[in-house]
Amino acid sequence: MAIDLRRFHSTYFEESLEGVAVMEAELLDIERMLQRSGGAQELDAERLNRIFRAAHSIKGGSGTFGFADVAHFAHALESLLDEIRSGRRALDLEVVGLLMRAVDCLRAFLLAARDGAAPPAEAEALRGALERAQTAGRPASSALEPVASTGSGWEIEFHPHERFFHTGNDPLRLLRTLAELGQLVVRADTSRLPAWEQFDPELCYLGWSLTLQKPVARSALDEVFAWVVGDCELQLRPIAAATAPSDPGPKTEEKGATSIRVATAKVDALVDIVGELVITQTMLSQLVEDFTPERLARLRAGVAQLERHTRDLQDAVLGIRMLPIGFVFSRFPRLARDVSAMLGKQVELAISGERTELDKAIIERITDPLTHLVRNAIDHGIETPEERRRAGKPAYGSIRLDAYHKAGNVVIEVSDDGRGLDRQRILAKARALGLVAPEAELEPAQIDELIFMPGFSTAESINDLSGRGVGLDVVRSNIRALGGGVEVSSVPGRGTRFIIRLPLTLAIVDGMSLQVGSEIYILPLAWIAETLRVQPERVSQPAGGPEIISVRGEYLPLLRLDRLFNLPARARELDQGIVVIIEADGRRAGLFVDELLGQQQVVLKSLEPHCARLEGISAATILGDGTVALILDAGSLVRQAYSAASLAAPVALGAAQAAFSTALH
Amino acid sequence: MHDTVSVTGTPRSGDSEQYLTFRLDGLDYGIPIMQVQEIRGWTKVTPLPNSPRYIKGVLNLRGTIVPIIDLRLRFNLDEVPYDALTVIVVVNVGGRLAGLVVDAVSDVIALAPEDRRTPPEFEGQANRQFVQGLTQVDDKLLVLIDVDKLINQETLAEAAEAAA
Repeated sequence: MAIDLRRFHSTYFEESLEGVAVMEAELLDIERMLQRSGGAQELDAERLNRIFRAAHSIKGGSGTFGFADVAHFAHALESLLDEIRSGRRALDLEVVGLLMRAVDCLRAFLLAARDGAAPPAEAEALRGALERAQTAGRPASSALEPVASTGSGWEIEFHPHERFFHTGNDPLRLLRTLAELGQLVVRADTSRLPAWEQFDPELCYLGWSLTLQKPVARSALDEVFAWVVGDCELQLRPIAAATAPSDPGPKTEEKGATSIRVATAKVDALVDIVGELVITQTMLSQLVEDFTPERLARLRAGVAQLERHTRDLQDAVLGIRMLPIGFVFSRFPRLARDVSAMLGKQVELAISGERTELDKAIIERITDPLTHLVRNAIDHGIETPEERRRAGKPAYGSIRLDAYHKAGNVVIEVSDDGRGLDRQRILAKARALGLVAPEAELEPAQIDELIFMPGFSTAESINDLSGRGVGLDVVRSNIRALGGGVEVSSVPGRGTRFIIRLPLTLAIVDGMSLQVGSEIYILPLAWIAETLRVQPERVSQPAGGPEIISVRGEYLPLLRLDRLFNLPARARELDQGIVVIIEADGRRAGLFVDELLGQQQVVLKSLEPHCARLEGISAATILGDGTVALILDAGSLVRQAYSAASLAAPVALGAAQAAFSTALH
Repeated sequence: MHDTVSVTGTPRSGDSEQYLTFRLDGLDYGIPIMQVQEIRGWTKVTPLPNSPRYIKGVLNLRGTIVPIIDLRLRFNLDEVPYDALTVIVVVNVGGRLAGLVVDAVSDVIALAPEDRRTPPEFEGQANRQFVQGLTQVDDKLLVLIDVDKLINQETLAEAAEAAA
């Protein structure tokens, strides 16, 4: 009888957490409206209904899946919402604050249940507060009914009257519903069964003794039997806690497993393409079956079709991993509210482009850097209301989050209308830290760049928001690790804008295949500045050290891939091979290889977890013939080139850049 | 020695465990069959730069990149050219995959725990850590390998550092 519900757990948690997000977003809106109107506010019934529905489904789901404490808490929340909805309880800022805390707690509850952790500590107190708030707005009459059983389950004696079926009831349905609440042991009582010749198929002769091994709320059971109360003998007895161990099983399930919810349209498109592929494949096999040279044109056409479908399939499959950036953006209104309240600032957050889609893996890893930037904007960018008024700006500071597609990339902008970067202070700090030579003159843009230097933070006071010692350098390196970049622009007194560029997906890169000896390596095109053949006289070895190549008056360290990787190269002399100029972290280096084989798109395959990380290699891919080719890590190669060359400063570079490179060593 | 010998392929008791045996430089080795994912012939691999000598490279195993370890080189035995009998035993330990290049696979045998002997302790025995136990099959020594230790990431990393 027991149905294993565990396989539905991940969906339940996902949906419930989405419900929590909905509640939070609506509450934030309500709060903002209340603040604007200065307290009393006409109730927006639809808003409230959405919150109520979310709470209700979470309660329902939690009950169904046996998370009694979550259901219990959600019930208290739902009851208060119901009071407000029916107008018996006024909705004011205080209640919204309480609801917000309750929503936080509900989220913590769900996460704890999902990860098998202990429920949040503040739950009991908060539930009490919810129940008190419920009665506070009206004459204190009815307290909450006792909803939970204190034991570990229920003994149920259920004996329908003979004419049970006549009222349109079905005992099996009731048993099924009960089994959904928790593990159910069913014993049928057949003692009333008459002899065969007296049997009336329209009468109910059976009774049941049921044991529900789950401490569900009494109200949940009452709900199940609500329709049949007059038509049966029913006894409910809680089982004492000691007699049956509670079911610890489901809570530890699915930890760490991630899942994606995909729009049906995307899956349909996938099915369509696969259908096309199958047709093409059939066509091709028939063509090959009895092939004559005259049919070559048709074969070519068929292969071209196959190519097109494969590309479509690739796009569609990658599309499944794409999620709208709104998943990340949706957390920022709450963050802005909390952070600005804590700092005594007034901030309005505007969001656009939340439908822009990005790879799920990027979405997950861009959250922290974005959070950092938004916090920074509120903490450092936006001034206090008085300062803003003095500067002739509206008291409410504005922060914008924009996302859009641009040239095969996704661009995310975080901008504020605050005070802008204080270049004097940044420069002073950089000099104090020794990041910039005392006499060096820097362009404004170069000064702005300094905020991304490791160890750099201009926060006047270390508070628990931004000045945690984790600076913008971490933001930049995290974004770089995703194959993207971040830049800043700022106008003093007018605001600061961070522009983040990200690739659409992490799964595929445009690469250049390089040959060294008998091996093929892939270098992502994004890192290649140019390729050139060099005359040996352009390369020199000053003081017998590492080789340096002169490219249009610029001296760059030259890395020979065959020597670096200990490979037998075919090109012994410089004019036999080719030099690829790679650029990473603002520095350039030459990479000497035998030959360029051409551009191709490659699917990234991680070397980990089966292999250890290797210096100079970022990942691998599988070539058309099934062999593995390694993908070069330009950042690491440039670093190696510079540490091998140990160039104190690359000659003929700007003073500022020189300062950067020395600081990085 | 009064060790009884388990007959090939016939589990004697419920506790017995099956081992895949293979030959390496004239000696028989065994690994638990539960840790063997598949056996395949030698194919060319893609070398990993600046890796220890015994890591021959990586192989595409149906879309997964798997490192290939030459057991002869791992155990500091003489290197021999690969031939038709050379096989790669793909092992899976706790979800981590690796291919082991061995001279040839021999058999699958069942061993009871009481058949297994702890190897003697010698000073300065470099590869002692990979030997889980010893046993006798048909009066011949069979060395049971601790695959877990063998392909352990830390061990590989240490070796890589030593090689660097």
